[in-house]
Amino acid sequence: MIDFNHVYFRRGAHEVLRDVTFTVDPGETVALVGRSGAGKSTVLKLINRMLEPTEGAVRVDGRDTRAWDSTSLRRQTGYVLQEVGLFPHMTVSGNVGLVPALSNWAPERIHTRTAELLELVGLPAHEFANRWPDELSGGQRQRVGVARALAADPPVVLMDEPFGALDPITREELHREFRRIQQRVRKTVVLVTHDMREAIALADRVGVLEAGQLVACDEPSALRASTDPAVALLMESCR
Amino acid sequence: MSALLAFWSSHAAELWTLIAQHIALVLVSTFVAAAVGVPIGIVAARRPRIGGPLAAAASIIQTVPSLALFGFLLPLPLVGGVGARTALVALILYALLPVIRTTAAGLRSIEAPILEAADAMGMTAGQRLTLVELPLAMPSIIAGIRVAAVIGVGTVTIAAAIGAGGLGEYIYRGLSMVDATVILAGAVPVAALAMIVDGGLLLVERGLARRRRARRFSRAAAAAIVLAGAAATAFAAWPRPERIVIGSKNFTEQVILGELMAQVIERYAGLPVDRRLNLGGTFICDRAIQTGDIDLYVEYSGTALTAVFKQPAERDPRLVLDHVRQLYADTGRSTLPPLGFSNTFAILVRAADARERRLTRLSELAAHAAGWRAAFGYEFLDRPDGYNGLASTYGLRFLEPPRAMDLTLVYRALAEGQVDVVAGDATAGLIDALDLTMLEDDRQYFPPYDAVPVMHAPTLLRHPEIGRAIARLSGRVDAAAMRRMNYAVDAQRQDPAAVVRAFLDALERQSP
Repeated sequence: MIDFNHVYFRRGAHEVLRDVTFTVDPGETVALVGRSGAGKSTVLKLINRMLEPTEGAVRVDGRDTRAWDSTSLRRQTGYVLQEVGLFPHMTVSGNVGLVPALSNWAPERIHTRTAELLELVGLPAHEFANRWPDELSGGQRQRVGVARALAADPPVVLMDEPFGALDPITREELHREFRRIQQRVRKTVVLVTHDMREAIALADRVGVLEAGQLVACDEPSALRASTDPAVALLMESCR
Repeated sequence: MSALLAFWSSHAAELWTLIAQHIALVLVSTFVAAAVGVPIGIVAARRPRIGGPLAAAASIIQTVPSLALFGFLLPLPLVGGVGARTALVALILYALLPVIRTTAAGLRSIEAPILEAADAMGMTAGQRLTLVELPLAMPSIIAGIRVAAVIGVGTVTIAAAIGAGGLGEYIYRGLSMVDATVILAGAVPVAALAMIVDGGLLLVERGLARRRRARRFSRAAAAAIVLAGAAATAFAAWPRPERIVIGSKNFTEQVILGELMAQVIERYAGLPVDRRLNLGGTFICDRAIQTGDIDLYVEYSGTALTAVFKQPAERDPRLVLDHVRQLYADTGRSTLPPLGFSNTFAILVRAADARERRLTRLSELAAHAAGWRAAFGYEFLDRPDGYNGLASTYGLRFLEPPRAMDLTLVYRALAEGQVDVVAGDATAGLIDALDLTMLEDDRQYFPPYDAVPVMHAPTLLRHPEIGRAIARLSGRVDAAAMRRMNYAVDAQRQDPAAVVRAFLDALERQSP
C-alpha cells in the first residue's frame, strides 16, 4: 500500500532522511519511533505529498506520489496531528464533515457520516455535534481529530504523535479506543511516536528511526532481540 | 446648549444633508479601502517582499497631515480637483494602512497546526484562504476596518476645506465666524458619529470573536455593509444634471460673497446652484476655476496680481484691475465687473491701545513696535505684498518674530491680548465687533484689492445669462455694505443666506 524505496530527503545541506526503505501492507499499522529530529514527521509528509523526496521514490497504492494529484491524494489520506489542528471557527460536526464537504458529498450523507463517526470515537452526536472545539477536553478533541481523519473513509491514515499531549490515563483509554476502532475499520495506518511503549501497544510492526536512517523495522518481538544500540536503548525505556 | 439646539432646528434640512454627505464619504472610502486593502494585506502576509513595501508606502501616507495631502492631490489629473472625489482619494489612502496591517496580522497569527491540518485535508490554496484563513482573521480585519472608519469620520471633517461637504462645513463656518455654537453644531454630530461607528463595528468584531451563533449574524452584517457601501459608491458615481458651482475661500466675507453670487444666479439667471463654500484658500479656488470644478468665485485684484499671477505689486487701482483682467483673459478665465469695494489689508491694533498712544497711522507704529508682538495669517507672511515689504516700508521690528496664525483667529487673538498687532481684512465685521482700530496705510504700501468675480470661461460661454445677472451688482456692493454684512454674520451670528437675501431685497427696493 505504501512503499518507500531508497528515499533521501535533504533540506539544504542537512540530510533529514537517508536511504529509507520500507513497506506498509493494506490494513497494517506501522509505528515509527525515534528521538525528536530523527525524521519521523518527514516520513509522514512524504506519504501525502506535503513533501517530495530528494532522491528515491515513495509509492502509494503502487503509484509514485509525484504522479498523484496532491489534492486527491490528501483527501484519500486521513491525518491526525499532535496539536489536533481543529478549526476553532467550526463546530465539532463542521470539523468532522469538512473533507466530505470539500469532496461535494450531499448534505444528508455528510450528516449521517458525521453522526456515525462521532459514535465510533465515543462522542454521542446528539451531545457533541454542535459543540465548539474550545468546549472540549484534550482527549475529546483528539477523538474529534480521529473522526475527522476518518471522515471520507480514506484507505490510509497518518498519525503524528496523536496522543502525545494527553495525560497517561486518557492516553491509555485512547489506546484501547484506537485498537477497537482499528479492529472495525482496518485502515492502513502509519503512526509516529517517541514512545516505544505506545508503539508496541498499537502497532503490528515498529520502525526505529535514528538520525534519518531506519535502523530497524520489524515486529515487536523481533525488536526485543535486536542488538542495534539505538533499538536497544529505546527497548530499554519500556522495560 | 439651547443655542446649539436652536441652530440645529433652524438648520435641520442642511444638517441632515451634511450628515448624509459625511456618512456617504466615510462609507464609500471605507468600503473601497477594505476592497483594496484586504487583498494587499493577504499579499503582505504571504509575500513580505512585495507586501512589505506596499505596507510601508501606506504608513508613510498615514504620516502626511490630511490638509497637506488634500493640497498635494488638488492639481493632479483624474484624482484631483475640488470636491468629494479628491476627498475620497485621500480618505481611501488613509484608510488603507489599518486594513492592510490588521489583515496581514490576522493571517499571520493563525497557528501552524491549523494551517497544516488544512493542507493535509487536501484543501486548495483558495479553499484554505476562504474556509480557514479569512474566517479566522476576520475579527482582526473588522478591527482594522473599524479603525479606518473612525479615522475616516475625523478626516472627512477636514475634507470640507476642499469642498467635499460633510459636517466639517459647520466647523469651518464656525471658525470663520468665531462662533462656538456653529463649531459645536458640526463637532458634536462628528463625535457622535465616530462613537456610533466605533461601537457598532466593535459589536460585529466581538460577535465574530465569540463565534457562537455569530456566523449567520456576521454574514448578514457583512452583506449589509457591502450593500450599503456599493449603493453609496454607485450613488456617488452617478452623473447629475449640470449645476452652476460657486466657490469661496474660507473666511466670512468670502462665504457671504459666495452666497451672494449663488443667490444672484438663482434669482436672476434661474439656474440651479451648488455651493462649495469655505474652500482652503486662493490656490485651491484658482485651481478649481481652471479645471472647472467650480464655475465662479470672487477674487481680489491685488491677490490675483501677486498670488495668482506672481507679478510685482502695483499701487494704482485702475491699472491693477486692467492688468488682472488681461491676465485672466489670456489664460482662459473670465472676469465680470467689479462689485464695488476693495478689501485691502488692514493693520489692526486694539482701540484702547490706539487711543492711549494716539496711534492712527502705520508710520507711527514703528515707535511702539519694539515692545509689541504681532501675528499674521499664513498667506500674509509669504506673499510678496505681505509682511516683508510692510516691515521695510514702515521700518517695523517687533518684540519677537511675528507668529503665523489662521486668518480666522487673529482678531480674537488681538482682542484677547495674546498679540498686539495683526493683519486683517479692511472689511472684517469683527473690527467693529471686537473694538479694534485700523491704522491708516499713509505710505500707500498695500495694493488695491477690488472684489472681482472670476469665472470658468466655458461656463460663461454656455450661460451668458450668468454674466448679465452678476453685472446687476456691479459697483453696488460698497465697503460699508460689505462690513455690515460681515458684522451681521460675525458678530450678530446671523445666517449668511439670510443676510444676503436681505441685502438683495434692499437692492431691489432701490432699483428693481
